[in-house]
Amino acid sequence: MSLSHDVVIVGAGGAGLRAAIAVAEAEPRLSVALVSKVYPMRSHTVSAEGGAAGAISADDSLEEHAYDTISGGDWLCDQDAVENFVAEAPRELLRLEHWGCPWSREPDGHVAVRAFGGMKKKRTWFAADKTGFHLLHTLFQTSLKYSNITRYDEWYVSRLLVDDGRVCGVVALELMSGLIETITGRSVVIATGGGGRVFPFTTNAAIKTGDGMALAYRAGAPLKDMEFVQYHPTGLPFTGILITEAARAEGGWLLNKDGYRYLQDYDLGKPEPGPVLRSMELGPRDRLSQAFVHEMAKGRTINSPYGPVVHLDLRHLGERTIDAKLPMVRELCRDYERIDPVHELVPVRPVVHYMMGGIHTDRNGVTPLAGLFAAGETACVSINGANRLGSNSLPECLVFGARAGRAAALYAVEAPPPALAVEAQGDDERRRLDEDLLRRSDGPDRISSIRTEMQAILEDAAGIYRDGDSLTKATDKLRELKERAATAAVDDASRRFNTERVAGLELAGMLELAECILHSALRREESRGAHQRTDFPERDDKRFLAHSLAYRESGGSPRVSHLPVTITRWPPGKRVYGR
Amino acid sequence: MDQITLRVARYRPDDEETEPVLVDYDVPLRPDWAVLDGLNYIKDELDGTLSYRWSCRMGICGSCGMMVDGEPKLTCATFLVDLAPGPVRIEPLANFPVIRDLIVDLTDFMHKLSSVKPWLIRQDEQPVEDGEYLQTPAQLDEFKQFSMCINCMLCYAACPVYGLDGSFVGPAAIALAHRYDLDSRDEGDRQRLTILAQPDGVWDCTFVGECSTACPKGVDPAGAIQQAKLAAAQEAMKSLLLPWRSR
Ligand SMILES: Cc1cc2nc3c(=O)[nH]c(=O)nc-3n(C[C@H](O)[C@H](O)[C@H](O)COP(=O)(O)OP(=O)(O)OC[C@H]3O[C@@H](n4cnc5c(N)ncnc54)[C@H](O)[C@@H]3O)c2cc1C
Ligand code: SF4
Ligand code: FES
Repeated sequence: MSLSHDVVIVGAGGAGLRAAIAVAEAEPRLSVALVSKVYPMRSHTVSAEGGAAGAISADDSLEEHAYDTISGGDWLCDQDAVENFVAEAPRELLRLEHWGCPWSREPDGHVAVRAFGGMKKKRTWFAADKTGFHLLHTLFQTSLKYSNITRYDEWYVSRLLVDDGRVCGVVALELMSGLIETITGRSVVIATGGGGRVFPFTTNAAIKTGDGMALAYRAGAPLKDMEFVQYHPTGLPFTGILITEAARAEGGWLLNKDGYRYLQDYDLGKPEPGPVLRSMELGPRDRLSQAFVHEMAKGRTINSPYGPVVHLDLRHLGERTIDAKLPMVRELCRDYERIDPVHELVPVRPVVHYMMGGIHTDRNGVTPLAGLFAAGETACVSINGANRLGSNSLPECLVFGARAGRAAALYAVEAPPPALAVEAQGDDERRRLDEDLLRRSDGPDRISSIRTEMQAILEDAAGIYRDGDSLTKATDKLRELKERAATAAVDDASRRFNTERVAGLELAGMLELAECILHSALRREESRGAHQRTDFPERDDKRFLAHSLAYRESGGSPRVSHLPVTITRWPPGKRVYGR
Repeated sequence: MDQITLRVARYRPDDEETEPVLVDYDVPLRPDWAVLDGLNYIKDELDGTLSYRWSCRMGICGSCGMMVDGEPKLTCATFLVDLAPGPVRIEPLANFPVIRDLIVDLTDFMHKLSSVKPWLIRQDEQPVEDGEYLQTPAQLDEFKQFSMCINCMLCYAACPVYGLDGSFVGPAAIALAHRYDLDSRDEGDRQRLTILAQPDGVWDCTFVGECSTACPKGVDPAGAIQQAKLAAAQEAMKSLLLPWRSR
């Protein structure tokens, strides 16, 4: 059987749903396939807590949002894309309001905005601290209105169909039945989210395995700026559950083992009792996570069963503020740490949170492969540069999800239908998934053990601080691991809802991403934003005011080249916080 | 190290298993392990064939609902130490067809959700350029509780009416319809009330209240159903007394 639509969208999180609605509205005659490995409302966007940035206050301006984003990104953002982003974000957030999103409000009924890290003005829209949850459910429920969107829920995409350099569909595995089908389309949008699961300790859900990046990379598209991995400074130990930055924006403090607000020692400003924008606890994430490493080296962190931690102190905010503004923080601390932040200190440590890098696209989500588009965390436009500012990525999903959707619709209207020849690729894939993966119960390694080894390699070599030696060694270890992965055991030989087969496919993709991260990090001989090299501690604009592009060589390893950053109005400067 | 036994329902129709069987697995009993951590231990270390759904492991994606010792629970938010010494019985959510192991079929639930028109309905769409629809914090509070549903379906597993008659539209779908009905920006009440007043709608509910007890997010679907019944009754009265309204 072959399924056929005009536009195929892979991923039904914030970006994928927004893209699907954009196609449905731009070209109601087009039929849209929305393919997702989980039901849309399970997508990881649901976990986002803090908020979504869009300048609307009378005292705010698009220029200031752009400047905060570009300086926060250590001048690696493409400024033309940032200009589009800040201009369209408020509109997108308003559109979501019109679709029913329960944004938190001012007493007069207008939408309320809050402070966020690295932002000089209050411009973060929020729905208490369940912003991503409300955003995702609003988008999903709204999408149900459009009869030209056909959902393929719990279908896992394992390969792109490529005919003569043009992407014209996907091969997907229906989890419930185990059937493998081709879904063809005149254009394809990838919106599969990030890949934090490459690392051992992450805020990212189990499904965040970077599949879409691997799909595009294997089909020939380059991955951009993969060395930039964001550590969020405040994760709960063991689970890695995120305590949102909003906790600090509302006035939370970070304390070391002496109860001292240590950030004042790292050029992030002076401690004031209340929150000060772009200062101290409201500095950018890269700088805060780096400060933690230095405190640890000085022996000023606290030991916990799950490694060193510092304390987040919310007690002075009082029960009323915590319940009104941070109910989920209290709920998570109570349920998962058995701690009440109204009365107790919360142990936290830096945790892998977000991938700035991803599939190389332009401002319309267009990739270098004909017919292929990408948006959301899986794409790199790039507006996040070397360090994403909190609350910029939900609006990124909306702005660039909509742009990619419109561009893919336009392309589909003009493009000829896919060639019949691609069906043969479906047969190949069927053979690979059925014969290779379902007949491997005797492999020497377990999928889980290879995954654990991969995660350890990445944490060691590509963590908050890196150096050339460890990166080189890590690339060797990873190559060996990749070989072992090809023969790892798959215990489960059945077709119906075989989650182990999926885990094997996810692992293979993650190993490719891991290689791209290591190789791109090795080639970038400077320190910028989230990429800090102890052997090259300074930013080097002469050589590296440029994006890394990793291409897959025929042998399977990445080849990295560089592409200049687009500068429009903000020449590279020094990042200044707390002053 | 301390151990605890998980007694897990296995059902593999591909392997000609016609009935679910319970299989015991011993897993470490760690103070901060949720039931889900125990299942992940089984899958990673003991038996890669065990199938179940999970993702966020922070109680928000709604995928990990199962019966734990006979009660519907989010397994990522239910802790092993609270169930010690065990054994702990883990089964798929009650009242749903089972696809395999701990995985149930959501197809019907998804139809029910969309059947109540869960999107904002307006007579006139105001252009986005004109700014937001105003809504005071008090107006937001009217429906906020009912907007907190994570679609985990624990309430359906707890509902005796749904257990007897799968055509009942059910707690979460009614709560969702009610969420939009109470939203000051929405004008779709009458369309939704017509749907809810049909057979298999609100009137099927005998007010047992088990759904609200099971709900991990404090949504109170039972309250929503009672309020929706009242609204549906009033609407019916109005169309009797003021027949021109129903045109
Ligand atoms: C805990 C947490 C809190 C956050 N808080 C904030 C915040 O406050 N503000 C902010 O701006 N950002 C926040 N972020 C970041 C933000 O949530 C994400 O970057 C964003 O939601 C990503 O959305 P997405 O649509 O790109 O991907 P996702 O929501 O991850 O969706 C990916 C989709 O792709 C599908 N998919 C993946 N692989 C496949 C495959 N092989 N086949 C088929 N389908 C597939 C999945 O099923 C899913 O539907 C937070 C992130 C985390 C982890
Ligand atoms: S109402 Fe509660 S129990 Fe029912 S699906 Fe929603 S969150 Fe789950
Ligand atoms: S894993 Fe998401 S709710 Fe439990």
